[in-house]
This record gives sequence, C-alpha cells and structure tokens, in this order.
Amino acid sequence: MPGEPGERLRVGVLASQGDFAAHVRMLEELGADAGEVRTPGDLSGLDALVIPGGESTTISKAIERDGLEPAIREHFQAGRPILGTCAGMIVCDRNHLGLIDAEARRNAFGRQLQSFEADLELDPAAGVGPEPIRAAFIRAPWIDSHGDGVEVLAAWEGHPVVIREGTVLACSFHPEITGDSRIHALLMAMATAARERVAEEAGR
Amino acid sequence: MPERATFRLKTGLAEMLKGGVIMDVTDAEQARVAEAAGACAVMALERVPADIRRDGGVARMSNPRMIEEIKAAVTIPVMAKARIGHFAEAQVLEVLEVDYIDESEVLTPADEAHHIDKFAFDVPFVCGATNLGEALRRISEGAAMIRSKGEAGTGNIVEAVRHLRDITGGIRRLKSLDAMELAAEATELRAPLEVVRDVAERGRLPVPLFCAGGIATPADASLTMQLGAEGNFVGSGIFKSADPERTAKAVVEATTHFEDPERVLAASTDLGDPMRGDDIADLAADGELLQQRGW
Repeated sequence: MPGEPGERLRVGVLASQGDFAAHVRMLEELGADAGEVRTPGDLSGLDALVIPGGESTTISKAIERDGLEPAIREHFQAGRPILGTCAGMIVCDRNHLGLIDAEARRNAFGRQLQSFEADLELDPAAGVGPEPIRAAFIRAPWIDSHGDGVEVLAAWEGHPVVIREGTVLACSFHPEITGDSRIHALLMAMATAARERVAEEAGR
Repeated sequence: MPERATFRLKTGLAEMLKGGVIMDVTDAEQARVAEAAGACAVMALERVPADIRRDGGVARMSNPRMIEEIKAAVTIPVMAKARIGHFAEAQVLEVLEVDYIDESEVLTPADEAHHIDKFAFDVPFVCGATNLGEALRRISEGAAMIRSKGEAGTGNIVEAVRHLRDITGGIRRLKSLDAMELAAEATELRAPLEVVRDVAERGRLPVPLFCAGGIATPADASLTMQLGAEGNFVGSGIFKSADPERTAKAVVEATTHFEDPERVLAASTDLGDPMRGDDIADLAADGELLQQRGW
C-alpha cells in the first residue's frame, strides 16, 4: 500500500524504454523515493507513476508484452496520480491507455530538425508560479482534441501542450531534461493530496 | 523566441532512445518489421555491415531515395550513416531531414586526419569509439551520442565488450583523480581537459552511451546493458538471423529486462539460429578491422 501522510512519496517511473533515468534523478532531488517500473509488481504501493519520454510505439508494445496495463489501470482507478511526458502523453491518450480524454498527434511539431526549446507560460490554475517554464520539445506531440473535463494548462501556437484531467497530468515537452522541477513538484503535490484523500476516506 | 538545434535538444533525442534498440534496415519493409518489433529507431543503410564486409569495395552514404522510403514507412526516428570526415554527405543527410547522423567506421573513411565538425550542423551526430579518449574526442567535436564501435558485421560481441569496459572503467578511474592528475590524464587520453573534468565530475559521459558492433542474441543485449550501455544498436544481428521478426522482438525484450535472466531466457528460447558470426582473429589475419578506422 502507498505510505501514510508524512512518509516519503514513492514515485515509480515506467522504464520499459525512454529517458526514465532523468525522471528518477529529478524526483530524487525533490525528495521522493523514486524507482524504475518494468513489471506489474513494480507498480504496487506507488503514490504516483511517471510515463516518460521515449518512443510511444516501443513503450506501448512493452506495456502490452509485459502485461502492465491492468496494473496501471488499477493505480489510476485508486486515484493515484500519473504524469505522462511526450511519448507518455501519447500513451495516456484516448487511442492508447485512455487515461485522459484527449487525442495526441504524434510528432506534431515535426522531425528532429524542428525540435525546439522555448519559455512556456502556464495557466495560473497549474499552481506552478508565474515564471515561464523552459520547455524542450523533441519530435513532440500536441493535443488535437479533448473533452470538456480536460484543463488546458499551457498551449504553444494554439495547440495544447500541458493538460490535466483529474489525477492525470500530461505534457508534450521534457521537464526532466531542462532542470526545472516544477512539473514534477506538481505531480508530487497531486500525490500528497491523493494520499490525504485516501487517509480521510479510511478514517470515515 | 524558440531556439532550435541546441546541444540539449541533440542529446535529448538520444536520451529518448535509451533502454531501446536501434536496428539496421535496408528497405521500407525491414523498417516496418523493426518498428513492429518495438525498435526505438532505425538506421537506414544499403547493406548491413556483414554484407559490406563480404562485398568489399567502397561503402558510401546510402541512396537518398531508399532513405526517403524508410522515412515514409515508419514514425520512429530514422538515422543514416555518413563516411568519417565526409561532411558533404552529412550536409545531404541534413537536408534529407534524417533525425540522427552516424559518422561511421562501417563506411569507407573519406578523410584520414579529420572527423566532421559536428557543431556546424543542426542535425545531431552519433559516433563510434573504442576507448574513453576516442569517445571524449568525438564529444569535443560535437557528437551528441556515443556508441561502442565493436566489430560490425561479425556477430561477435567481444570487441564491443572491450570498448564498453574501456569507456566505463576509464570513467570510474577519472572519478578517483585529483585536479593535477586529471590534467595529466587528459594528455594521456588525448582529450580536452574541459571535457575530461566534466566527465570526472558527473561520473558519466555528458551524452548517452550505447553499444554497437556484434550483438546477435538477447543475452548479448543483456550483457552490454549490464556493462553500462544505455541502449543497443543491432546491425546484421537482426536481418541475418533465421527469423528476423522474432529475433528483433527478443533483443528488444532483453534490452528492457536486461537485469532479469528469466526474461532473457524466455526471450532466447526457440528463436532459431542467430547470424553465423566470425572470429576476430580470422578477420584481423585477412585485413583491416572496421574499428581501426577513425582515431
């Protein structure tokens, strides 16, 4: 079971393929007990899950091959937060795991030569402060369409690039490689809130 | 203002390939097989190294038409090879919008004294290395990703193991040196002191380190990952095996689950024959080893 309020947050990073190590490093810097997830058993007891950047076809096939989908779904249904970055955003969308009511377009910003960095302003609703985030978009997707329940927390050239629905947060760029840890801190705040919610329900 | 082609974006794409397998493919059909098997990228080239070795002659950049067809066939990143020092081939590949260029010893070198100035390009480069000094020289020229050279086209992992051990062992050694010793070591490694200091401080290369050259089985893929590779290039090992589709899937699975011998066993079972393979001593007696190209 996930820990009690006050204990260190346990955050797993899906390590089927991609830049999982960079996420683990950033989460550890923020004080989380972070670990790699490769099997369904690795998901038990997590407060939050990160689905990292990588190749979405490779990661999707690994999720299927390794029987990870039921465990991810169980984590989701228990109200534990999930962060999907770049490929992870695609994996969470309607056409893949269906954890967020949105449709991502793969490589929407183009191939590697069109990859770019920019200062991205986030909606105050994100609660990460007024300073823009340095965002690295690498062969990045954007959100083509989404349901009414999805909050768009940031857009680039009119395309949603940070979205949230309930406990699922997804972004097109790579907060793990530019040294700005506010997106990860937001995930951890969501995980703390989820823990408190569960403790409250148990106490009732 | 958005910025393009920063070094962070160049290494960033290589970061996204970690834990994955980059497969050599010679046409669109093979590229589709590789993608369906879970490859995280493909390397487009006209002949796999085993055939280049067999055919002899001059090996050059691939036909742009073939690279275009492969780009159109898959959604994963497409890499292509330029000859060592052949910056005009690299310019053509950049205009073609490949996602990564491999300045590769598998092709016949075009310059006996100079590698490509990779900082001059927007497209990122991966380069091979046989030891730490060579890796650091390539990084100081702008390489955003390093791979072992191994001995391509042999299906023999022994050279890649030697190269990975030299690189990772060399990094461990750098971590133990003081400032004066680092300066002496930089001279020894024939690498800029600045890059040597950076690696000593991080305890790893500033760019991703992959294995290439000789991987033929799932156990090979697990071995190289356990030795510190962050992903694998597989050339002849896939499409020279008896059952490329299953071999490709098995190598992908073993690369993810490299630390779990039961999974590597499952991936290795009933695979059919791997590529035949060559003893390095026989090749050395016959002539040049590919890994000796570049410096």
